[in-house]
Amino acid sequence: MSTQTVIGEGHVERPPPLVRWYAEHRRAVFGTLVAILFLLFWEGLSRGWWADALRPLIGHAADPLLVPPIFISSPSRIAAEAWRMFVVTREIWSDLRFSAMEYALGLGAAIAVGMPLGLASGWYRRLSYAVGPFLAGFNATPQVALLPLIIIWVGFGLAAKILIIFALAVLPIAISAQSAVRTTDARLLKVAHSFGAGEWHLFRTIILPSAVPFLLAGLRLAVGRAMIGIVVGEIFGSAVGVGAMINRSGSRFETDKVFVGVLVIAAAGMLLAELVHQIERRVEAWRPSV
Amino acid sequence: MAVKLEARDIRLEYYQPRTDTRLVALDGVNLTVMDGEFVSIVGPSGCGKTTFLSVVDGLIAATNGRVMVNGRVVSRPGPDRAVVFQDASLLPWRTVERNVVYGLECLGIADAEAKARARKFIDMVGLSGFEHHYPHELSGGMQQRVNLARALVMDPEVLLMDEPFAALDAQTREGMQEELLRIWLQAKKTVLFITHQIDEAIYLSDRVVVFSGRPGRVKEIIEVGMERPRRLTVKREARFHAIEDRIWGLIEEDLKSRIAGDRPPDTPRD
Repeated sequence: MSTQTVIGEGHVERPPPLVRWYAEHRRAVFGTLVAILFLLFWEGLSRGWWADALRPLIGHAADPLLVPPIFISSPSRIAAEAWRMFVVTREIWSDLRFSAMEYALGLGAAIAVGMPLGLASGWYRRLSYAVGPFLAGFNATPQVALLPLIIIWVGFGLAAKILIIFALAVLPIAISAQSAVRTTDARLLKVAHSFGAGEWHLFRTIILPSAVPFLLAGLRLAVGRAMIGIVVGEIFGSAVGVGAMINRSGSRFETDKVFVGVLVIAAAGMLLAELVHQIERRVEAWRPSV
Repeated sequence: MAVKLEARDIRLEYYQPRTDTRLVALDGVNLTVMDGEFVSIVGPSGCGKTTFLSVVDGLIAATNGRVMVNGRVVSRPGPDRAVVFQDASLLPWRTVERNVVYGLECLGIADAEAKARARKFIDMVGLSGFEHHYPHELSGGMQQRVNLARALVMDPEVLLMDEPFAALDAQTREGMQEELLRIWLQAKKTVLFITHQIDEAIYLSDRVVVFSGRPGRVKEIIEVGMERPRRLTVKREARFHAIEDRIWGLIEEDLKSRIAGDRPPDTPRD
C-alpha cells in the first residue's frame, strides 16, 4: 500500500497527489457535489427530463415530475435573468443601492442603540430591572406586526424601512450584550478589583474583551434578521428596493425575477455572516483552537 | 525586625437573608508577620483562611478589627499588597507579558516602564521566551508562574498567596515549591501563604498558623525553625515529620470536636 507509514526508517511515504487533494478539500468537494446535484434536479424538473425518462416505466404517474417554469423557474432561467438585470438593463442596481442604504442605516442604528443598552443593563442591576420587562415584551412581539404602526407614524418612506430593520435587529444585539456582561468570569473581576482597577479600566480590560464573542454572535443573528426587514419593509408602498422588486415580480408571476431577488438577499446575508465570522476569528486569536 | 503586617481582632459576620441568621466566618483573628517573614496558614477546609486573605487584601471589609501594613490601617486593595490567586486567573486574551503588566496598568504606569519591569520578573520566574504566549498555550505550572510574576512586579510590601499550587499535580507542585523559595530569597518579600497542604506549609514557612474552623480562629502558631535554604529532601527528615504530626493532631482535634459537637458546623454561635 502506498499510504503505509514506515516506522523506524525515518521517513513517511506521502500519499499520491489526488488523495492528498481530496483530503484537504473534502468539505468543499461534498458541498459542491450536493449543490450541483440539486441544481441538476431542479433544472430537470422544469425541463421535464425526469418526467420524460420515467414515462416509459410508470406512464402518466411521471407527469408531476414536469413542473412549469412559472412555478419553479429553473437555474438556467434564473442565471439568464440575473445576467439581464445586472449587466444588460442594469435595472437591479438602483434597487440594490436603496436596500443597502436602508439596511446599513437600520442595522447601524440597532448596533448604536442595542450594544450600549445591553452592556449597561448587564452591568447596572437597577437598569436591567427597569428595562428587563420592556425587552422581554418586545422580544415576545412579532416585530413585523409593528409595520402598520410604523407606517402610521412615519409614512411609507425610507424612515419606515429603517425602523422595521432596527426593530428586528436591535433585540439580539441588546440581549447578547446583556448576557455577555452577566457571564463575565467572577475570578477575573476579583483580580481586577484586587489590583485596584477603576470602573472604566475594569470595563475596558475585563468586561469588554470577554464580551466580544457574545457581541459578535448577537451581531451575526442580527445580520440575518435585518435581512427579513428589507423584504417586509418594502411590501407596502415602496417603488424601489430589492424587496419591492420581489413583491412586484411575484404579483406578475415573474418567477425568474423573484428568484434573482431572493438569491441576491441570500447571497448578501451569507456574505455578511461570513464577514462577521472572519472578524470573530481575528479577534479570538487568543482562544485555544478546538 | 520590624512588624510588616498586623491583623488585630478580625471578626467577620455574614448576614444570611434566607435563614435570617448571622454566620460568623472569622472570630478574633490576631496575626503579626515580620518583615521578610514567610508565614503560612493551614486549617480544615471551610475554616475561613481564604476569607481572611481577602480581608487582608481589602476585598472584603471586616465587621470588626483592623489590618495594618507598616503600621498603616488598610481598608481596600492597594499596591502595598498583591495576591497570587488560587486559579491562575490570567486574562486569557492577553499574552504573558500583557498579563504581568496588568497591575502596573491599573496604577497608571507608562507602558515602556511597565514592560521593562515585567521583563525582570518574567525572567525571575523562568518564563523568558514565553512573553508572547497566550495562557492556553502554557502548562498549569507555567500559568502559576505568570500569576506569581504578575503579583511580584507590583513590588508589594506583602505578597498574599491563596493556595496557588492546589490545582497542580503532585510533582509539579513540589517543583514549584522549591522554585518559590528560590524566588522568595531573591525578591526578599514578606509572604502570607494559604494552603491546605501541611507539608507545603512547613517546607516553605518560618511559622505555620493553624486555623480552627467555623468560626475561623487562630488555634496555634508553630515555629518551623529549620535552616535555609531548604532542599526538598528535608521533607523526609524526622524533625519535619514531627512538626507535621503536631499540626495534623491540631487539625484532627478540631475536626473531631466538630463532629462530636452538639451543633452542626454551619450553625452560627450567636
